[in-house]
Order: sequence, then structure tokens, then C-alpha cells
Amino acid sequence: MPQHSPPQEQPLDEKLLQRWEARGVSRRDFIKFCATLTATLALPASFIPQIAEAIEDKRLPVIWMEFQGCTGDTEALLRANQPTVAEIVLDLLTLEYHETIMAAAGHQAEEAKSQALEKYKGKYLAVVEGSIPTADGGVYCTVGGDSALNIVRKICGNAAATIAVGNCAAFGGLPAAAPNPTGAISVKDAVPQATVLNLPGCPLNADNLTATIVHFLTFNQLPATDGLGRPLFAYGKRIHDNCERRAHFDAGQYAEAFGDAGHRQGYCLYKLGCKGPETFHNCPTIRYNEGVSWPVMAGHGCIGCAEPGFWDTMSPFYRRLPQVPGFPVEATADKIGVGLVAATAVAFGAHAVGSAFRKGDAMESDKVIKED
Amino acid sequence: MLEIRYVWEWPVRITHWINASSVILLSATGLFIAHPFAIIGVETMAWARLVHIVVAYAFLCSVLFRFYWMLVGNQHASWRAFIPWLTAEGRRNFVKMLRYYTFTGKKISYEVGHNPVAALAYLGIFALFIFQIVSGFALYGQYAPEGFWGGLFVILNPLVSSQYLRLSHHMVMWMLLGFLVNHLYSAWLMDVKERNGTMSGIFSGYRYIEPEDL
Repeated sequence: MPQHSPPQEQPLDEKLLQRWEARGVSRRDFIKFCATLTATLALPASFIPQIAEAIEDKRLPVIWMEFQGCTGDTEALLRANQPTVAEIVLDLLTLEYHETIMAAAGHQAEEAKSQALEKYKGKYLAVVEGSIPTADGGVYCTVGGDSALNIVRKICGNAAATIAVGNCAAFGGLPAAAPNPTGAISVKDAVPQATVLNLPGCPLNADNLTATIVHFLTFNQLPATDGLGRPLFAYGKRIHDNCERRAHFDAGQYAEAFGDAGHRQGYCLYKLGCKGPETFHNCPTIRYNEGVSWPVMAGHGCIGCAEPGFWDTMSPFYRRLPQVPGFPVEATADKIGVGLVAATAVAFGAHAVGSAFRKGDAMESDKVIKED
Repeated sequence: MLEIRYVWEWPVRITHWINASSVILLSATGLFIAHPFAIIGVETMAWARLVHIVVAYAFLCSVLFRFYWMLVGNQHASWRAFIPWLTAEGRRNFVKMLRYYTFTGKKISYEVGHNPVAALAYLGIFALFIFQIVSGFALYGQYAPEGFWGGLFVILNPLVSSQYLRLSHHMVMWMLLGFLVNHLYSAWLMDVKERNGTMSGIFSGYRYIEPEDL
């Protein structure tokens, strides 16, 4: 039997802790923050000192752009309720441009953007919130007189890396839902040659953004991704497989309606249309709002906001399967299916009656012997 | 003189019955997975999924074996039997059979193996089988995206969203159940009209052929 020794303690540099204390961040909070990030990134505890070092005084220039979005992702980032964490996040970044929180406006703001672009060319991080409209020459979203498509091509094309935050930027999201009047597309589709990391969600989980940025600072590269460009540390597992209500699913215990006995007992939300079985995200483990809760914990099924085709394929939210294309809303897959089988049975039943009374069509050679 | 001919070799019969029972078991458990309910003392969903997945593997092996047998089996088992329109005779018999089915022709095209209309239907059924296997295992593979079946899902994901994969998997089940109705009826009809042991043939492998009728 191999001997398992407990992981070696990795003392953090005393001076580093003191510097954070001088900034008003207690060493306990700082170590907690580094440990949380390390765990979120699924790295071993031995990486904590490396991460603590990486996030000190590395101010990464960031250009944050918003197009067809609702500012929900900005809100998610700014609403981090532990002030120390928010401070650390803002210390990690030099936000050169962010329409919602920058002091400058108008021409000044645009100038800040183009200056940052020149000064940090190839070194800055671009963050995009919202989808990119392409219909009618991109007139549906313009900033400073230029179309979103032009801006995103210029800014993301010259960035060290681009992070698409929220489902709209990552996959088109709500603006791209049928009939998609603005021709909305994702950032990756708008700038195929750029290095784009997708952090979908509605909104994204700010902890995943922080972890991604810290990963970038620590290892100088973006974290490993899945086939849809989402980091595996956050989107590598399905919600359903990590869900706290999974035991009820396996046992066949389901809430049938909101507020019924099963719902009150915390049964599985599968029959209320929970999209946990089709959604990859780390909600069950890191949760939202500093780990307070997440939708399924609060008693509402997952709506699949981290997946491509969110809205069109994840709705109706309270049904398991999407609508069958070309059929009215009330027609579920099962109604159509039962109809199909019934129609087959009726058609062949009628054919059977016709065939049974049909004369002279059976194979009868001369050698058929009829017994009387 | 009536001949007893060995038409359906044992792999054809074995895979036929494995496929048939798989379709029934997979549909039953699949319907339960879509509309589950509790039975006190039983882990209903866990059992339904276990049976669904185990039977899915049996079905996969059966379908693969049948495909192999299409290459090495006799002329009635061969892949050529499923594309009747390749020969002039096949096309002629296809029209003849279609006319019989639609009450516009008088006589059945008398065949030793599959009649050309049935063969065409089975070609479609095999396509649906492949679709169910691919979509089913892709959905199953979501529990481990880095795994073998998960790789299949990664390939399919940019092409079709997992929800439409789920919806089509469900709808094709209904199409297969519709086919089941059709298949049972046609077997009955041919047993009555051909009078050559259509029904017993799929158990024994033998059919009773009058060469003069061919």
C-alpha cells in the first residue's frame, strides 16, 4: 500500500501578506480568496502560493465592451458582496474602458479606448458582453458611430485574448433567439481568428471570471476548454450529475407542481422542466452570490442558460422537451407521437378490412390441396 | 413441387428478435424516463435507466452484427436485398408490390426473401436504428464529456443542440412504434396471402416455396 501523506503546507510569503494587510485585506480573507480560486480552477492546494504571487501587482489592462446585452454580467461582477474580493478583482484589472463604470463619456471615452488599444496592443484582455448584430450592415448596435461588428473585430483582433461573458456574447443568447431580427451572432462567430474563451450563463458567474483571469495571470494562458470554448474547470461537468437533488431523481421522487408536497420536501425538479440534465456548469458546487444559493437549491429548475441555443431549445422552461418545430405550441412530442401510432393503426386496420375481403389475390398453385 | 428452403439464417433470426425485444424494452423504459413516477421502495428511475442503458448496448451489438451479416450472409441477408431498385427486376417487383398494397394491382410479387417494398422499409428502419444509437449514446455520454461516448457528443454538439437531439430521440421512438404496428400487420397480410410460412419463417428460418409461382 502506498503511503499517503497529507498535502504539504505551503506557507505564503509573510511580506506579501503584510502588504495585503496594509491595503485593508486581512490575511485570513486573502488566503481564503486564494484557496477558493485554486479550488475553483480544480488545481491542487500546492498552487496557492503561486496564485497568491500572480495576483499581486499584475495589473492586466482590460477593455470591456458591451453590445446587445442587458448589463447583467457587469452587474454580476459588481455585486460581489464581499468587498475584499471585489477589491482584489478590481486590483487585478486595469479597466481601460467599460461603458457602465468608467467616468469618461462621449469622445473622451472613445479616445481612452483607442489609446488603450495602441498602448497595450496584443497584451490587453478584451471582455465582451452581449451579442453582435450583423443584419442590415450592423445598424442595430453602434457605439460612437461605429458598428459592434467593426469594434469587436478591431478590439478582439488585437487582444492577447478575448473573454465572452454571458450567453449572448458566447452563443448569441436572447438576441439570437428566433426569429433573430438583428442577425445576432456570438463573438467567436464575429471574429473567428481571435482567441475567444466563452463564459456563458445568464448572467455568468463572477467567480468563474475571476478564476479565469487569475489562471491567465498565473500561467500566462487561458484555461483548457471543451468543444464549445468553455473552460473545463467551470463547464466540464453536468449540473444533473452534481446536483444536490440527484438522489431524488434516481429514486423517482419528483415535484409535480410548484408548492406541492414533493416540492416542499425538496424533491427533484425534473418533471417541472429542469434543464440540469442538459446543462454543463458548476452552479451546484460554487453557486451564486458568494455561494449563498443557486436556482435548483431555491426550488426552481435550471433553465439551461450556459448552453448554446439557450432560449430556443431550452424553452418551454417548464417542459422537458422543446417544442416540435412546425407544430402548434400545445402539441407536445408525445401527443404527436401517439397520433402517429394511432394513425398508422387506423390506416392499416382499414387496409386489413379491405384485404380480408379481397378475392383471388392469394398465391394458389395447382398443387394446393383443400381439405374438406 | 413445393420446396422447403432455408431462407433466414440464424444470425438474421437472432438479431431480428434481439432488435424486436430491444425496441419494446427501450421504448417502455424510455417512456418511463420521459414520464417517471415513484413506486415506494424501488429506485424507479435508477432501474429504468440501468435497463435502458444495458439493453441499448445489447441493441448496439445486435445491429452491428446484423450489418456484418449483410456482408457475409446469404443473398436474402445481404445489403443488396435492401436496395431493390438497383436491378430491373427489383424495380418491376417494387411497382407490382406497391400496386398490390394500394389495391390497384391484383397479384403480390412472390419472393423468396424480402419483398421489395418491405426491403425499402427495412432500409429506413436501419437508418432510424443508427440514428437512435448515435443520439442515444451521445446523450448518455454527457455524464462524462471526456469519455468515449462523450467524444461523440462533442462532435454532435456544434451541429445539433442537445435538446433537439433529445427531442429527435423521443420522436424516432414513436416512429419505430408506428413501424411496429405496420410490421405486424404486413406480416399477417403476407402470411395470409403468400401462403408460404412468412410468420413461421422468422422462427424456424424455413419458407415453403412453389418455384412455379416465382
